Amino acid sequence: MRVLFSIVIFSLAVVFGFAGYTRFGLPLIIPAPPPQEAKISGEMTMDQFIALGKSVYEGKGTCTLCHNSLGRAPLLEQVAQVAPERLADPRYKGEAKSVEDYIHESMIKPSAYVVAGFGKKGTNDTVSPMPDVSGGAINLNAAEMAAVTAFLQDVGGVEVTVQIPSGEAAGAAAPETAAAPAPAADATEAFVKFGCNTCHMHPLIAEGGDMGPDLGGLAAAAGKRKPGMSAEQFIVESIVDPNATLAKGYEPDMMPPDFAQQMTVAEMNMIVAAILNKDAAGGKPQ
Amino acid sequence: MNFLIRFLKMAPRLALAAFLAALVSLWAAGGDRFHLPLAAAAWAQENAAVEEKAAEGESAAVEGEKAAAEGEKAAAEGEKAAAEGEKAAAEGEKAAADQPAGWAPMAAPKLETKDYPVVSGFNSRLSVWFAAQLHLFFAAFVLGVPIFVWVIELIGLLSKDVRYDHMAHEFMKVSMTGFSLAASFGGLLAIMLIIFFPDFMKYMTSVFGGVMILYALLFFAESFFVYTYYYGWDRMGSGGLKWLHLGLGLGLNLAGMILMVLSNSWASFMMAPSGIGPDGAFLGDVWAAIKGPLWNPLNLHRFIANIAYGGSLTAAYAAFKFLTAGSDQERAHYDWMGYTSFIIAIAGLLPLPFAGYWLTKEVYDYSQQMGITLMGGVFAWLFILQAVLIGAIFLSANYYLWCSLGRAEASKRLYAMIQPLGIIIVVAFLIWFTPHTLIMSSWELTQVGGAHHPVLGALGVMAAKNTAVNILIIATFLSYQMFRRANIAPAGSGFWATHGTTIQAAVYAAALINIVTLGIYSYFIPANVRIGLSVPQVSTTAVTLIVCTILDNLIYRDQRALGVFRWGHMPVRSQYALFMLAVSFTWLMGLMGYCRSAIRQHWHVYTVFRDNSLDAFTPTLPFAAFIVTIIVVIFMALVFFMFWMPILASKKKEGGAH
Repeated sequence: MRVLFSIVIFSLAVVFGFAGYTRFGLPLIIPAPPPQEAKISGEMTMDQFIALGKSVYEGKGTCTLCHNSLGRAPLLEQVAQVAPERLADPRYKGEAKSVEDYIHESMIKPSAYVVAGFGKKGTNDTVSPMPDVSGGAINLNAAEMAAVTAFLQDVGGVEVTVQIPSGEAAGAAAPETAAAPAPAADATEAFVKFGCNTCHMHPLIAEGGDMGPDLGGLAAAAGKRKPGMSAEQFIVESIVDPNATLAKGYEPDMMPPDFAQQMTVAEMNMIVAAILNKDAAGGKPQ
Repeated sequence: MNFLIRFLKMAPRLALAAFLAALVSLWAAGGDRFHLPLAAAAWAQENAAVEEKAAEGESAAVEGEKAAAEGEKAAAEGEKAAAEGEKAAAEGEKAAADQPAGWAPMAAPKLETKDYPVVSGFNSRLSVWFAAQLHLFFAAFVLGVPIFVWVIELIGLLSKDVRYDHMAHEFMKVSMTGFSLAASFGGLLAIMLIIFFPDFMKYMTSVFGGVMILYALLFFAESFFVYTYYYGWDRMGSGGLKWLHLGLGLGLNLAGMILMVLSNSWASFMMAPSGIGPDGAFLGDVWAAIKGPLWNPLNLHRFIANIAYGGSLTAAYAAFKFLTAGSDQERAHYDWMGYTSFIIAIAGLLPLPFAGYWLTKEVYDYSQQMGITLMGGVFAWLFILQAVLIGAIFLSANYYLWCSLGRAEASKRLYAMIQPLGIIIVVAFLIWFTPHTLIMSSWELTQVGGAHHPVLGALGVMAAKNTAVNILIIATFLSYQMFRRANIAPAGSGFWATHGTTIQAAVYAAALINIVTLGIYSYFIPANVRIGLSVPQVSTTAVTLIVCTILDNLIYRDQRALGVFRWGHMPVRSQYALFMLAVSFTWLMGLMGYCRSAIRQHWHVYTVFRDNSLDAFTPTLPFAAFIVTIIVVIFMALVFFMFWMPILASKKKEGGAH
C-alpha cells in the first residue's frame, strides 16, 4: 500500500508539474476568437473603410501570419507602389490593369505574379504557396477584400481608388440600408449594427478595431471626463456628438455624426449600458 | 471443454462490442440522407447523366426553334431537333422521376449556435474531449501491446525459450481490461458526438457511412481474435497449434491495424478534407475521401506511437510489480519485464520525431496557413512544452539505462562515461528547447532584445534543433550500448574482436562531425535548401544506429562474461524513471491530441464545415493543459484498476491452489 501511495504521489507530482509549468512557466497567449464576417453598416467613410481593411488584414485575413518581418512572404507595405513594375514584368501572368486590380487579383490568384524567392519549392517561383483568400479557411467576402485593397493602397502611399462596396457588390456584407434595419436585440448586436467594432474595442465585441478609443475601460473614466456630467451623459454625448470631447491622441471627424438619427432610443440605451457594464433594463452590473 | 467454457465467459464483452457496433451502424443507417457510398456514387453518376441528357434536350429544343425562324429548311431541321430535344428532355425527366426522392449528396451544413443541442450540466466540447482522449489512450495501448506481444511470442517460439512466451502472455493479461475500457470509451464518444454534434455526425456519415459500418463490424473480428488469442494461449501452447496461435495473434494485429487506419481517415479528413466538392458534398469515391494528404503520415505516426506507448505502460506495470515483489526471483522477473518494455518504448520513441516531422511537413504542404499556425502561431509555445516533455522522457530513459549498469558486476569501468553523456544530453535538450519565433509582449521583446535573442536566437532555428535531436538520439543509443556491453568482453583475437570497438568509435565520431557540419553549413544557405539538409542528418543517425548494432553483434559474436549479471539488482529510484516515462508519455499524447485537433481552429472540417458552436474558439494552452491533466489523472486511476485485475486474478488462483 505504501508503494502504491508513493507511485500515486509521484505520478500526480509529475502531471501537475507539467500543468504548473504550462500555467506559470510559459506566457499566456489568448488565441483570437473565430473570425466574423465584416459588416458594412450605415454610411461608412473612406477612413473607416481603410480601418476595416486593416482589421481584416491583421485579423480574419490572417495576412500577417506570413507577410511579416520573418520573411515567410513578401512585405506588403509597398505593394501598391511596386505594382506598376510588376504589371510590366514579363513574369506577370494575370489580367490586372491597375494597382487596385493587381492587389485584388493577388488575393484570389496569388500565382499571377510570384515575388522572386517566395514561390513554392520546386516551381521556380511560378506557383505561390498562398491560398485564394476568397475561399478555404480564410473566406473573405468581396467587401472585405476591397477593404484590404484600400488599406494596402493607403499604406503604400498611393491614391485609394477602391469604391466602398454597396448592394450586391458587398456580397454577404451588403449594407443593411436597403430595407429598414431590424432593431438590435442586445448590445452586442447594436455594436455590430452601427459598426462600432470597426474602430473600437469592447469585451462584447469579438474583433474590435483600434482606430478609436478602447471602450472597455470607459465605465470608470467617463464620469470624470467633464465636470458636472455623469458617466452616462458623457457617453450619450460622445455618441450623438462625437467631436464634443475628443480622447487624447484621436483626430476629430473620425466618427459618424448622425448616430442620433440612426439609433433607436432602446439601442442607444443598450450601448450606453454595455459601456457602463450595466444591464440595460435594471442597471445591474453584468 | 475448458477452452469452450472460457470462450463462453467472454460473452458479456462480446455483447458489449456487438452493442457498440450496432449503435454506430444504426446511427449511420438511420440518417435520412444517408446511403451507402457505392449507392451514392451510382446515384450521382446516373443523376449526372440524366441531367446532362435533359440539358442537351433543352439546348437542342432552343436551337431548333431558332433555326425554324430562319427558313423552311432550317425550320424543318429545327422542328426535328426540337422534337428530339423534347423527347430527350422527357426521357431525362422520366429518368429523374425514377430516382429515390429526397436524397442527394449532403453539402456541408451551415450551422448557427442554436443548431447545437444543449444538455444541462454538460459542456459539449469538454464531454467529447474527455471521451475521445480516454478512448485514444486505451485504444493506443491495446493496439500497441499485441504488436510486440506477437513479436515476443515468435522470439520465444524460435528460440525455444519459454520465458519469452510467459512474458508475452503476461503482457496480454495486463492489456485485457484495456480492450473493454477502450470499447467503453469508444461507445461513450459515439454517444457524446451524436448528442452534442448531430449535424456534424450526419455530415460525416454522409461521407464515411460505409466505412463506419465496416469499422463497427471489425469489432467482431477484433473480439474474436483477442479472446481466442488470450484464452487459447495455454491450449495452443505447442506444436502446430502454436503456429495457429501465432496466426490468431496476427489476425488480432491485422484487425487492430485496419480499425486504426479507418478511424484515422476520419481525423485526417477533418484536418485536410478530400473526395468532396467545393460545397463539401461527397463526390462518391470513398477511397478519395479516406486517402487524404495527411492519412498516411498520421497512420505511421500513430502506429509507432502506439508501440512506444504500449511499451511505456507495460514498463510501468512491471515497475509496480518490481516494487511490490515478495521474492528475489519475482523481482528479477519483473526487472527483466520492465527492461524489455522499456526497450520497446524507446525503440518506438526514437523514430517518432521523424514520423512527426513527416506529418508536419504534409500539414505545411496541404495548407501553409495551417502549418504556420501550428509552428509559428498561437501553438508555438506548445512545441516548447513538447520539447520539455520529450526532454523529460529522454532524460528518464537515459537515467534508467545508467541505473541498469548496476545489474552488471563489471560495469564500474563504464561509469566515467555517464557524466559526459549526461552533459551532451542536457545541452542537446536545451538547444532543442530554445525558442526561435514566439509571440511576445512588448515588454518581453524589450527584455529579449528583439523577436530573436541576439545570441541564443541562433540556437532556436531548425538547423540547430535538428542537430540537437540527432545528437540526443545517438547519445541515448550510446547509453543503451554501454549497458549491453557492461558485463561482457569479446573473446578470441579475430578482426572484429580486436578492431571492432575502434571502428565503432570512428563511426560515432564521423557521424557527429557530419551532423554538426551539416548543421553549421545550413546556417549559410537559403531556407528552402536548408530544410533538405535534415534528411542527410537523419540518415546519418539511422546509419550510425544500424551499423553500430551490426558491429556490436560482430564484436561480441564470441564473448566472455566479466562478472555476474543480476536481474533484479536495480535501485528503487530507477523504477520511478519508468513511471516518469509512462506518465510523461501519456501527458504528451494528451497535449498533442489537443494540438492536432485545435489547429483546425473554428472548423469541424477544415475550410468546409464551420464550427459555430459556443465552444468554437481555440482554448488557451494552460486551459488545455489543465484539461489534459484531469484526463490523465482519470486515466491513471483506470490504469491502476487495469493493472489490479490480473493481480486479483492471480490471487484468486493462488487461493484456489491452497
